[in-house]
Amino acid sequence: MEIDPFIFRLSIFILSIFVGYYVVWSVTPSLHTPLMSVTNAISSVIIVGAIIASLAGTNLSVFNQSSIFGFLAIVLAAINIFGGFLVTQRMLAMYKKKKKDKK
Amino acid sequence: MISANLLAIFYLISGILFILALRGLSSPETSRQGNLFGIIGMAIAITVTFLSIDNFSSGFLYVLLFLLIGGSIGAFIAFKIPMTAMPELVAGFHSLVGLAAVFVAISAFISPEVFNLGSSGNIKLASLIEMSIGAAVGAITFSGSIIAFLKLRGLMSGSPITFPGQHILNLLILISIIILTYFLCLNQSPNFFWSLIAISFLVGFLLIIPIGGADMPVVISMLNSYSGWAAAGIGFTLENTALIITGALVGSSGAILSYIMCKGMNRSFFNVILGGFGGTDQTSSKTSKEQKPVKSGNADDAAFLMKNASSVIIVPGYGMAVAQAQHALREMVDSLKKNGVKVSYAIHPVAGRMPGHMNVLLAEANVPYDEVFELEEINNDFANCDVAYVIGANDVTNPVAKTDPQSPIYGMPVLDVEKSKSVLFVKRSLSPGYAGIDNDLFYRDNTLMLFADAKKMTEDIIKNL
Repeated sequence: MEIDPFIFRLSIFILSIFVGYYVVWSVTPSLHTPLMSVTNAISSVIIVGAIIASLAGTNLSVFNQSSIFGFLAIVLAAINIFGGFLVTQRMLAMYKKKKKDKK
Repeated sequence: MISANLLAIFYLISGILFILALRGLSSPETSRQGNLFGIIGMAIAITVTFLSIDNFSSGFLYVLLFLLIGGSIGAFIAFKIPMTAMPELVAGFHSLVGLAAVFVAISAFISPEVFNLGSSGNIKLASLIEMSIGAAVGAITFSGSIIAFLKLRGLMSGSPITFPGQHILNLLILISIIILTYFLCLNQSPNFFWSLIAISFLVGFLLIIPIGGADMPVVISMLNSYSGWAAAGIGFTLENTALIITGALVGSSGAILSYIMCKGMNRSFFNVILGGFGGTDQTSSKTSKEQKPVKSGNADDAAFLMKNASSVIIVPGYGMAVAQAQHALREMVDSLKKNGVKVSYAIHPVAGRMPGHMNVLLAEANVPYDEVFELEEINNDFANCDVAYVIGANDVTNPVAKTDPQSPIYGMPVLDVEKSKSVLFVKRSLSPGYAGIDNDLFYRDNTLMLFADAKKMTEDIIKNL
């Protein structure tokens, strides 16, 4: 008897939901906006699929029906990756603690 | 070229780094490091994907080119965007994730052999179902986020758009999606696949139009969740662990945020989704309460009250974001502090248009985050505070939510602003908030209404301090 690899992936998926559940509950409410922008950025890891798709063409014809969608997806995901991480960085840099020394 | 096993391990590592990125957000000190983990995770995922490609065709150069184009656009937006536009930016980003998922699914459908999913017209059944889910959810995320973006940006009316039979129509469409998926699995005809995507776009559109502007915190969180599930669906199709882990993380993150937002409004998730809340049901309350006496004051009175107070609590809301009053507010607080007044900020979970909206704006204005408190942390302090300065918030301070079971917002957790010795309420007019109900607070003896634009009033107060 052999277990379908799908079951392994399903296990990873379900366990990750649990991990996500506990990790996200521990996020402080004041950082909920950065949480959304960073989750946005990381969900763009979909770019790995886009890269594989975009290389569907051959040396003779780089652009075929399938690779064009791949290239488009790369652009979209790249906007998100760079935009998402940078804007999160920008936001997080603003969160400062009270200065202890009095001016 | 690296082996498939090694590749899978690297994807696992980037998945773990993404978990650490979210974990870092548990406190502002660790958050920057967390973001760095996220960036490293992404870099690893992209790099190993490149390494896994055995023959570097000329297409590779185009990949880098398009990556660079997208990256520059993203970086440009990230640096240019004002913090007040964060809700629409996030909505816009969600739409991109959704559309990218749709494109990858289309690509996988056209050339399944590239992804080892069988051959065109003969795709593995499981993969076909997974890519249909990925494409459908991605399409819903895309069109839904576009509507959310337009509403947040003010390019589309924020009021809910409803029509008779809306819910039945949505239900029928959802059923047709399932039927289409079934037929797609039967004969793998591209026509079914295209119709599936087209209908999903329609669902996203129909799903968001009935939801009012003030319910946007829930909508954004929900779309955040959808974008995660779409990514996970594609992850299953591509058998990619990083994508599956990330999709699950993002999906549950968005779901939790939606839950928190719904709880902040004491409404069920379905109630929000079915929409129509916040219609203009103001007629009944308006006529009866218009005559009630209201005390109104000017900046001078407000400055006097606050200067002589020992503690002041600021209650910011969406109006502060609209008026861009956060910087003026911080200046006001600075001069109050010089006068020895203790100042803190109270933030309601649904203040603003997205989770944590107010916190970001205050952080932008250099307000230290340890002066900013959540509802549960600060609500008891109102009883001991001299002045509550309500700027741009309304419904979240309405005592009716605690007293009147008839009220649509009854049971919603509110800030106990009325318990403080005096309340300064900055507002342009006596008009009701989004819930369409009158705020009892306006007519209290200890309330002083300051009728002005939030920013202008705050600046005037500074002058008088």
